[in-house]
Amino acid sequence: MGIFKKRVNDFPTPYTCTRAIREGGLETKLSMLLMGFGNIVHGQRIKGLLYLALEVIYVVFMVVNGIGFLGMLPSLGSVPQEEVWDEAKQVYMYTKGDQSILILLYGVATVFVTVLMFLAWRGALRSAYKAECLAKEGRHVNNFVEDLKSLLHENLHRLLMTPPVFFIFAFTVLPLIFMICMAFTNYSKIDNHLMLFDWVGLDNFAALFDSSSILGSTFWSVLGWTLVWAFFATFSNYIFGMIISLMINRKGTRAKGFWRFCFVLSCAVPMFVSLLIMRTMLQPEGAINVLLRNLGLIASDASLPFFTDPTWARVTVIIINVWVGVPYTLLQLTGVLQNIPEELYEAARVDGANAVQIFFKITLPYMLYVTTPYLITTFTGNVNNFNVIYLLSGGDPVTDLASTAGKTDLLVTWLYKLTIDKQYYNIGAVIGILTFVILAIGALITYRNSKSYKEEGGF
Amino acid sequence: MAGQKMHSAKRKRFINNSIVHVILAILAVIWVFPIVWVVLTSFRAEKGSYVSTFLPQSYTLDNYVKLFTDTTILNFPQMFLNTLLIAICSCILSTFYVLAVSYCLSRLRFKLRKPYMNMAMILGLFPGFMSMIAVYFILKAIGLTEGNLIKLALILVYSGGAALSFQIAKGFFDTIPIAVDEAALLDGCTRWQIFTKITLPLSKPIVIYTTLTAFMSPWLDFIFAKVICRANSDQYTIAIGLWKMLEKEYIDNWYTCFAAGAVLISIPIAALFLYMQRYYVDGLSGAVKG
Repeated sequence: MGIFKKRVNDFPTPYTCTRAIREGGLETKLSMLLMGFGNIVHGQRIKGLLYLALEVIYVVFMVVNGIGFLGMLPSLGSVPQEEVWDEAKQVYMYTKGDQSILILLYGVATVFVTVLMFLAWRGALRSAYKAECLAKEGRHVNNFVEDLKSLLHENLHRLLMTPPVFFIFAFTVLPLIFMICMAFTNYSKIDNHLMLFDWVGLDNFAALFDSSSILGSTFWSVLGWTLVWAFFATFSNYIFGMIISLMINRKGTRAKGFWRFCFVLSCAVPMFVSLLIMRTMLQPEGAINVLLRNLGLIASDASLPFFTDPTWARVTVIIINVWVGVPYTLLQLTGVLQNIPEELYEAARVDGANAVQIFFKITLPYMLYVTTPYLITTFTGNVNNFNVIYLLSGGDPVTDLASTAGKTDLLVTWLYKLTIDKQYYNIGAVIGILTFVILAIGALITYRNSKSYKEEGGF
Repeated sequence: MAGQKMHSAKRKRFINNSIVHVILAILAVIWVFPIVWVVLTSFRAEKGSYVSTFLPQSYTLDNYVKLFTDTTILNFPQMFLNTLLIAICSCILSTFYVLAVSYCLSRLRFKLRKPYMNMAMILGLFPGFMSMIAVYFILKAIGLTEGNLIKLALILVYSGGAALSFQIAKGFFDTIPIAVDEAALLDGCTRWQIFTKITLPLSKPIVIYTTLTAFMSPWLDFIFAKVICRANSDQYTIAIGLWKMLEKEYIDNWYTCFAAGAVLISIPIAALFLYMQRYYVDGLSGAVKG
């Protein structure tokens, strides 16, 4: 696995934690218990006090709440909410039961805080050791103002990266971990586990892979359609966009700017607006059917089953996706197409190749070679293409009433339906994880083979 | 003889050109047609969602008037102000995040640089909607899902993940010669001064691009807004409002208004988009996607 190649430490420093523990003086070792002690001894009073304050806050939090939160995590609560008849008031009162979801959330958050605290602890230890070493060697130990100033220069990355990373962790990483945890519980409307739920291990995964159950068979059919959709959506856009781009950019075409504008106009309209418009136009009584009736192409009471027949619906969403996606492809591919060496075309023309041959023998192979990374990102984007399906067909038509997914549902829209509409949170989470696994495998293979991975880019 | 051959080649080219132009014209009509249709519908005088004629029989401006005056059920002006406020705040935050992170990743070398980039790639592979419900629970736990705090919640959500899409801005910063930085360092500039006084002024296009994309996203997203707003109709953004107009109970009265609203929101977005078009060409990295 490329990503997990052996790490080369590009940033060697003599002030590591292990050395601090092994070789540090008494004040450094004491900092292991009292964070910031070493800093205070060596004159970094404010920094030391800040570390100490952090430790105090953490300990107080853990004693007051944290330990309780962690203790509840294995059982996820057991006290159900109960109705109690209140004689005095003559009404049913509800006792406050445990809410597993909050217990889980607080538990995960506490683990998170603890990890952060551990990192801070290491930082404190290192900084104490550094202060000790510098003092021993008789070098200058930074005071607080100098530390702050260093944030604008050599430590600028700390200043600039901390707020964004904090929010990424709060609103992306923490929810993800929380959601992944849900995949291993029975948090769902089934058997009424919305208030109290338990850990169930891998049961949800087993249920989803069991192809004899309704859930299992739905999963496999949705997965199959997702892959088919992603393949066709990606390549139809790609090829079609390329052909239109070639037609616009060929020598004989007049008013290139005008043609380009016509296509780009449609992606200037917000996508959800154009998708909703498309959906209303394609309804049984919508504009397209009315137009066809007026033109006499279909009977006056007939309508084409755009979203009511499974096959029609599937083809329709792919075609509409071409309408939505081609302008973007056009914008992105035009530059690359113009980079194809003109000599190749001339040589082909001299040899008597016609336009179709030139396209399949020169343009397409060249483009495939150059734009593979782009294709793969588009493919993964299409696997996760929530908007087009949800806004166009909503996953309809549902042919099998027992299953929770319609015929055009992708994994992501199914996930949405399961969590938001049906409240099967655990199954939703499992599907999310599986989607990730599928995409991760694809992405790993691509990034490993792509130029950007081999050369720079940081991967 | 030669003249005849020339003539036939010319003829062939003429036929080819004509065919291409005809095909392009047909395709252009297909692409422009729904947009024209929605503009026409927004001026349609007949009520109701589905009518038996394709083109409107008579035209009116009432749909636009109703959109701004009939605020009892769906308060369009209120939604507009909500979205504007959210867009401005989240735009400022996310622009700062994106530019700061891109600058650090492009110019500074520090220990967590590569881990951060790998993390961003991995997080990008999770379906965005997977954590949506968890985000809602977290916001609820810290009490941001009631009343006006919903706006704050949406601002945080929209800007929160912004720093993960740093690729385009980083790519741009990478193209600024590093010698400029080195010269400034020799002259005694701090890195902060280089960032604010040299890199940012040199990167005006990408600053504008980042600002505009960040500004546009609250107008376009409706999934997160829908999950977080729930039934608080006074906090709705434009996108949920338009979506609501097409729901069964409203569609008969609001259909033409939906078209009017769609036209109104499309005009500024289209203007911004056409302005930013040239940056999309760099999208081969795949970071910008339809």
